[in-house]
Amino acid sequence: MNLAIRDIRYHRGRFILTSIGLGLLLGVVISMGGIYRGLIADALAILNTNKADIWVVQQGTSGPFAESSRIPEESRYRIAAVPGVAAVSPLAFQTIQIERSGKPFRFFLIGYGLDSFGGPPDIIAGRNIRQKHYEMVVARAMRIELGEKITLGQNEYTVVGISENIVSSGGDPVAYVTLSDAQEIQFKKSNHAIRNDRAKIGAGVAGNKALSPQQAELLKQNIIAATESTHTVNTVMVRLVPGADLKETQERIERWNRLRAISDAEQTAILAKGMIEKARMQLGLFRVILLVISGVIISLIIYTSTLDKIRVIATLKLIGSQNRVIIGMILQQSLLMGVLAYGIGYLVILLTYEKFPRRIVLEAFDLQMLFVIVMAICTISSFVGIRKALKVEPAEALGG
Amino acid sequence: MFAIEVDNLTKIYGKGETTVTALQDATFKVRPGELVAILGPSGSGKTTLLTCIGLINEPTLGTVVIDGTTVADGGWHGGIDLKRMRREKLGFIFQAHNLIPFLTAQENVMIALEINGLTRNEAKKRSVELLSALNLGHRINNYPSALSGGESQRVAIARALANRPKVILADEPTAALDTENGKNVMDLLKKLAVENHSAIMVVTHDHRMVDGFDRIFTVSDGRITDEKIS
Ligand SMILES: Nc1ncnc2c1ncn2[C@@H]1O[C@H](COP(=O)(O)OP(=O)(O)OP(=O)(O)O)[C@@H](O)[C@H]1O
Ligand SMILES: [Mg+2]
Repeated sequence: MNLAIRDIRYHRGRFILTSIGLGLLLGVVISMGGIYRGLIADALAILNTNKADIWVVQQGTSGPFAESSRIPEESRYRIAAVPGVAAVSPLAFQTIQIERSGKPFRFFLIGYGLDSFGGPPDIIAGRNIRQKHYEMVVARAMRIELGEKITLGQNEYTVVGISENIVSSGGDPVAYVTLSDAQEIQFKKSNHAIRNDRAKIGAGVAGNKALSPQQAELLKQNIIAATESTHTVNTVMVRLVPGADLKETQERIERWNRLRAISDAEQTAILAKGMIEKARMQLGLFRVILLVISGVIISLIIYTSTLDKIRVIATLKLIGSQNRVIIGMILQQSLLMGVLAYGIGYLVILLTYEKFPRRIVLEAFDLQMLFVIVMAICTISSFVGIRKALKVEPAEALGG
Repeated sequence: MFAIEVDNLTKIYGKGETTVTALQDATFKVRPGELVAILGPSGSGKTTLLTCIGLINEPTLGTVVIDGTTVADGGWHGGIDLKRMRREKLGFIFQAHNLIPFLTAQENVMIALEINGLTRNEAKKRSVELLSALNLGHRINNYPSALSGGESQRVAIARALANRPKVILADEPTAALDTENGKNVMDLLKKLAVENHSAIMVVTHDHRMVDGFDRIFTVSDGRITDEKIS
């Protein structure tokens, strides 16, 4: 006869309530693990959709996501000429926050060349961008209707397509425009700033008496063209020809230019380890604290339920029960509570995780590990109750 | 062979200056099937006597032999498995509250059988037989909280008798019951003990309950007077 189950059956209300409480606690622990996995998945989402072998960024930076990186657009031609490079795609992107129906609305805007890779994932409604200007594709999660017009910078963009969900390394949904549009949004100065700059340059050049008027005018035009140029990108993605040597190609790209060539694996490490390290430690700390709290709660519950059963335990000893019968009763109860609480926690998260504001990724390994940890906590927690129970004298069953 | 042999049994509680000699030089033998009633004023040492024989309370001096096994000779006999002796040779019935609240009447009896190695089915069968013999056939699925005092005590008797122990020890089993119920419970206990050929020692405050016993022990200040009834 299983005493643990009989006792639970008799006190099922209390048992279920405590298990629900513990279950919610474990649910939070599960969700934190899921948030952590979600952070990684988000951080790597753009890497995984673009499938670049190399990310070329500004020298001395860990860009383009972890650090800001700006390189001249024209370097794409030199990179494309490097042996082993099959295709290149320059990207310009930035995080944008606009006001939309009275609320702040944040997204990550990527500009890509229509003739190369790095565009949106599968289009699920509408079509991809076709015009060179003022068309936009948005991720499903942005909940923008086809045909809606959005003002970015000095222009209005029309949503022509909706893509599968994709997020930036910061978790914001991604919208796509053409590279030149993105460059204009990111790098073009306001008309006021342009007038100001032109005036300053003009004054500066005019102040130089060594120049002839023609020379001065030429110099002025060149400086203005350079300062007003928007032909800058944040990164150039590279795909290699099959069989090309990654290390060698990286070195070649870096050798001739003031550039850094980051392999996809290195980029993954930068994003997964570097950028979210703090979040990982924070979540890890919370999980440990919550697990310790769960352990303390389970210990207390088991201990008090053992105290409630002193008479029962004394009676069992009186009629000659072996210690294993008594230990089994307490341990099994503790484990059953752990299993039930885990089940409840898992179920709660399973039913709600899609509604969390941040992505939650539930990985089988994490869930299994947590289950093992919970079982270990239940076992250890039951020791206090078992210790108490083993000290009970059969004589305590006597008397009123 | 005797069911119980007690020689110079002495129990002293406490240490140093505040010792209480609850039992002094008790010497007696009880045969299987013999019914012994124990009478005496409060604090005289009746419970102490039962718990020393019942391997719940360690004797200070003297020997106790149960069914031929020496269990105490000035403290516990070396290497004795008290739990095993308790579940195989002894049955206990106490005043009240010694049923397990989260087990039904039947399960309360079954647990005693299962810890003694019976299979679930054997335990089920024997528990039904026992409870039926105690007129509880219709209450087997009730929890103790739903049983009357007399019914609870009859379940306790069924549990005490479950493993056909050589010795049954009962401490005021009828104290919480009215006279009618008390008499009823006492009669059933005696009847089953005789059928079972168990030696039985019953503490009672009530002189009217001693009808039909073979011997009466009167305890006073830890000393026992043995009176045979013929
Ligand atoms: N655990 C103990 N520690 C110290 N003294 C005890 C202990 N148990 C009993 N005594 C003392 O031993 C003496 C005998 O007690 P016991 O319980 O055997 O009496 P009793 O005859 O059963 O009394 P009652 O009829 O009230 O149940 C009493 O003086 C009691 O105070
Ligand atoms: Mg007493």
